[in-house]
Amino acid sequence: MADCAARPAMASQGIDTIVPRHSALIRLTHWINAISFLMLLVSGVAILLAQPALFWGETGFFGDPSLINLPMAQNEAQSGWGRSLHFLGAWIWILNGGIYVLSGLLTLHFHRDFLPERNQLAWRTLREVLSNQLLFKRPNIEEFYTYNIIQRLAYLTATFLLAPLTILSGLAMSPGLVAVVPALVEVFGGHQSARTVHFFAMSLLVVFLIVHVAMVSLRGFLPRMRAMITGRTSA
Amino acid sequence: MNDGTTRRKLIKRALGASALAFAGGVGAVLARRYGLIPPDSGGLYGIGETLTYASQRVLLSRQNFAREFSRSQISKNFRGFGTVMPDYEPYFFSMIQGFSDWRLVVDGLVTKRVRLSLSEIKQLPSRTQVTEHICEEGWSAIAEWTGAPLSSVLNAAGVRPEARYVLFVCVDRHWGSLDMADALHPQTLLAYRMNGQDLPVAHGAPVRLRVERQLGYKSLKYVGRITVTDTLKGIGKGLGGSDPDAGYSWYAGI
Repeated sequence: MADCAARPAMASQGIDTIVPRHSALIRLTHWINAISFLMLLVSGVAILLAQPALFWGETGFFGDPSLINLPMAQNEAQSGWGRSLHFLGAWIWILNGGIYVLSGLLTLHFHRDFLPERNQLAWRTLREVLSNQLLFKRPNIEEFYTYNIIQRLAYLTATFLLAPLTILSGLAMSPGLVAVVPALVEVFGGHQSARTVHFFAMSLLVVFLIVHVAMVSLRGFLPRMRAMITGRTSA
Repeated sequence: MNDGTTRRKLIKRALGASALAFAGGVGAVLARRYGLIPPDSGGLYGIGETLTYASQRVLLSRQNFAREFSRSQISKNFRGFGTVMPDYEPYFFSMIQGFSDWRLVVDGLVTKRVRLSLSEIKQLPSRTQVTEHICEEGWSAIAEWTGAPLSSVLNAAGVRPEARYVLFVCVDRHWGSLDMADALHPQTLLAYRMNGQDLPVAHGAPVRLRVERQLGYKSLKYVGRITVTDTLKGIGKGLGGSDPDAGYSWYAGI
């Protein structure tokens, strides 16, 4: 059973029992993260509108072969405020995310709740979780308190792969930081490659967000919101 | 909860808040003292601008150079962008004479005001660098630039110790400014050649700025006058340039 410390003897308790689910720090960082993510998304689109084409390699100029031309109407007038909002959002995202990751490591939150458990990796369990998910089966009581294998892998991917990738590829586009650490951009194979990776990493985070909100709604929007705002949930 | 614990809690909180306020105050004074506050530190986005500028000023030293490339990486079709022909009659007449009557003025907080002709600038020690011009819009292109380091032009005029910014006024009505760290950086050039040819009009002839550790819009074209100053207040909106006045960050190292 994952995360036993936070959930006292739930099996013996009734459906309506209220038990703590998320710590105050997780709730606070979750909502700050949500706000800054929206700031980054809106401003990121505003910046992208100035040049809705993606290139690969070091340079990309009008007439150069592009990787993808995004179906957006070019608009150069939105990047001034877009950039300022983007970097304000980025500062909040990085500082808040840093606090979240550090505390999650220290409290063993990731260890307990995100790392798949041995029995979850069994083929039979995987198949069962996947089919339940695809058939929109209402989860059993235990699943209200612990993350299944799909959730665990999704949270791990978003937190430790996609989010760091957006940050690194973003920093790789900074001419100032690259002057200090040229490897930042070299690992991506050039400035335009970093820009393209930045776009796709963020797009995958948006997919994560859509699925995340959809699953929260399917599993009961109000109880889940209550759990993330007040820290308590009733199954 | 009894009164004792409540009072203890209150005192603790008051002490904590005072410590935080004190630390913030000391931080602000230190930041100002060491020039870590950009001219656009006010307003809605000021916190982000200040964090970015201050952190890069702490991280970047004179030894940190923007990446330089080989000639084989020069972009084939890097045409001029923004202003490609200034709408200013005296510029046109100067242009058709090969800029022989053109003069660059350096004034402000300098020991002597100087007026330099294009050939005088070309006689100064030069630097050639193949760098990437990164536009805030998203495109980027590589070119080779040759010019006099801005520091040598400033040294010719003698910068006074109270100088904090260098202001550039351009023929195409753009204007902007740099702090002394970027103004005196070895890669910051007054460029007069591009890819081995005289600088084309579309790229800012006769002389443009190259500020390689910032985005392209800081590399102003058609530079006509350079003024050394200790404040940017009272010039335009006081944000340090025509681009900041139009909503762009003054510091564009990101």
